[in-house]
Amino acid sequence: MYLYKFGKMIFHKYANPTRFLKLASTIQPWAAAATIGFLLAGLYFALLSSPGDYQQGETVRIMYIHVPAAWMAMFCYTAMAAAAAVGLIWKHPVAELAARATAPIGACFTFLALFTGSLWGKPMWGTWWVWDARLTSVLILFFLYLGYMALSNAFDDPARGSKASSILALVGFVNVPIIKFSVDWWNTLHQPASVIKMDGPAIHASMLIPLILMAFAFKAFYIWVMLMRIRGEINEGKIRALRLRQVHGGPPSRTTILEKTTEGAR
Amino acid sequence: MEQLISYFQMGGHGSFIWTSYGMVFVVLAVLWLQSRRFVRNSQTELDGLAVDRPHCQTSKKNET
Repeated sequence: MYLYKFGKMIFHKYANPTRFLKLASTIQPWAAAATIGFLLAGLYFALLSSPGDYQQGETVRIMYIHVPAAWMAMFCYTAMAAAAAVGLIWKHPVAELAARATAPIGACFTFLALFTGSLWGKPMWGTWWVWDARLTSVLILFFLYLGYMALSNAFDDPARGSKASSILALVGFVNVPIIKFSVDWWNTLHQPASVIKMDGPAIHASMLIPLILMAFAFKAFYIWVMLMRIRGEINEGKIRALRLRQVHGGPPSRTTILEKTTEGAR
Repeated sequence: MEQLISYFQMGGHGSFIWTSYGMVFVVLAVLWLQSRRFVRNSQTELDGLAVDRPHCQTSKKNET
């Protein structure tokens, strides 16, 4: 009950973009430091300290960037769909901006998962690409990100663009469990899950450590860049509000600017 | 020296491994730079509009 009330209070408190920006300013330097720290540690273990695989040899080192990138591709889409749902249902202005800010980051991680997977596939499977369920569903995820970004910028009225793209994000979310379980549901060339399993990870600690460190580095990078992009989106909303005022005339008050900012985001 | 060459060759798979890591750094660096430019440009534009209308204040925030 207390947790619910606390969550509700936080939810409403940070609907105000100005208040959200104050929180973002505190978090951003920590996220930047965490990104650099985890990245350096992760690279040390991934490229220097960890051993080669007894079957895959040195190519296993691609796993330390491929797997975290694939995790982030799915995480970003889940976060984007959740933010889009909150924006659609409760008209939470910052949630809509968070969804817009997450899309390019998720698209980049999805591209990296596909690209590094292809480079890993060539020496291991003997082919750059195969139309199996896992690879195809991740490619669809990449197109969903591109579609979301195109749709959100396709309208002159940002409110309409935001609504249409939010619906696309929610409909496309069905692809996330398909990606996760594709290796179980269909006979694919891609190997099944070996880290996130009910009976624990199936890989040795010497390989698990760099994998987890790189995953933390990518997660911290996401937080860092997402907060940066939300700040830009809030600024864009304020610019739109000021321009509208210039067209219609009359001096804007700070309250009006904030109202217009949140309206613009809807 | 031979050890270093052998390390970079990665058992004959160096081109696959280094291209993967290189692409990750290029993509993440471009994303970071583009996001930073997006914030800076929007902040500059907003400050310019605020100068045109001095009763409207904007605040410069940390752009880490």
